[in-house]
Amino acid sequence: MAMTMHCDIVSAEENIFSGRVEMIVAAGSLGDLGIAPGHAPLLTGLIPGPVRLIKEGGEEEVFYVSGGYLEVQRGVATLLADTALRAGDMDEAAAIEAKEAAERAMAQQDADFEYSTAAAQLAEAAAQLRALRQIKKL
Amino acid sequence: MAGGKEIRSKISSIKNTQKITSAMEMVAASKMRKAQDRMETGKPYARRIRSVIGHIAHSTSEYRHHFFESREIKRIGFIVVSTDRGLCGGLNVNLFKTLVTEMKQWNEKGVEIDLCVIGAKAGAFFNSYGGNVVASQRDIGEAPELSDVIGAVRVMLDKFESGDLDQVSVVSNTFVNTMTQEPTIEQLLPLPPSEEDEMDRAFPWDYIYEPSAEQLLEGILQRYIESQVYQAVVENNACEQAARMLAMKNATDNAGDLIEELELVYNKARQASITQELSEIVSGAAAV
Repeated sequence: MAMTMHCDIVSAEENIFSGRVEMIVAAGSLGDLGIAPGHAPLLTGLIPGPVRLIKEGGEEEVFYVSGGYLEVQRGVATLLADTALRAGDMDEAAAIEAKEAAERAMAQQDADFEYSTAAAQLAEAAAQLRALRQIKKL
Repeated sequence: MAGGKEIRSKISSIKNTQKITSAMEMVAASKMRKAQDRMETGKPYARRIRSVIGHIAHSTSEYRHHFFESREIKRIGFIVVSTDRGLCGGLNVNLFKTLVTEMKQWNEKGVEIDLCVIGAKAGAFFNSYGGNVVASQRDIGEAPELSDVIGAVRVMLDKFESGDLDQVSVVSNTFVNTMTQEPTIEQLLPLPPSEEDEMDRAFPWDYIYEPSAEQLLEGILQRYIESQVYQAVVENNACEQAARMLAMKNATDNAGDLIEELELVYNKARQASITQELSEIVSGAAAV
């Protein structure tokens, strides 16, 4: 049987996941990273994107986080998410709509347009879609 | 009839008060449930981020964030979390008492004190008691938002960063259960290292930081402080509702007792006046 470690995903609103996993794949601020049991202590920021867990026994589950921090200690990984969703609970139509709305806002910049806000919205919507695509592939 | 009317009107006024207090009790009970939910949902995050910070404090990093530095204490800051409204028993008073004792101890050591008050009651208390209030925030309401507390907390953090304050603590009520709320003072800055035994490692270690330690710690520490203060506010809110529920229940019970007593007095007075009238009639008839 594969080695496992404990993983906790918490957001400010609730406890999202807690259990043993074989691998965590998350979108770190410097790129995607995979954490396997026995990983050296690590602290990283997360960007909006999917977090894929390979649970004990090989079953996979995908979550969406809108940013946060990931801490890896011996045998324990803690993911402090700003907001986290089970990818299964997400609404694809809403995500696509949000993405298109953000793109439209970027295209027609009017007076009170704030580039950084729109860019952040776009990045978030795109990341949600990425999480949804990943869950569909499973 | 001696005082019969006065007693009646007193009874009816107490009955009105009783209606109000029992309504307040029921309102507080339903609000308490919501406040408790809010407190519970935030707890896992607050606990996890605290343990992560504790781990960071144990690491031997070449970059040391100034939030971890303990300095000689010359000036200390308290963030006082109180309620906006009264009628919640001794909740606020107990909290202030605890804080005042603590403040006296520091004063004896020659340490000066700055206060940041959250909630109208703490503001009112320290206005009359005295104390150097540097920031205040009131009217947070029943569903506090993180953004409500950030402003006041920012003042304290800036003061700590600039070296004006050497320690910052949060003073708030801890929700033990519906009957008991405990005033607690918890040190926020400098960050105390975690007490987990497993962190006592024989060898020095450090995290791999992505991107850089400085950037990461700045972000995560800020979030930590905010989440701790926010959690304190939410918990204090649950305490407020529980304390109010209890206080109003007692008030309702007391009103009931009072009504019972007054009714007894009223009946006695009525009886006495009837007896008196009867004897007057009888003696009047005998005289004829």
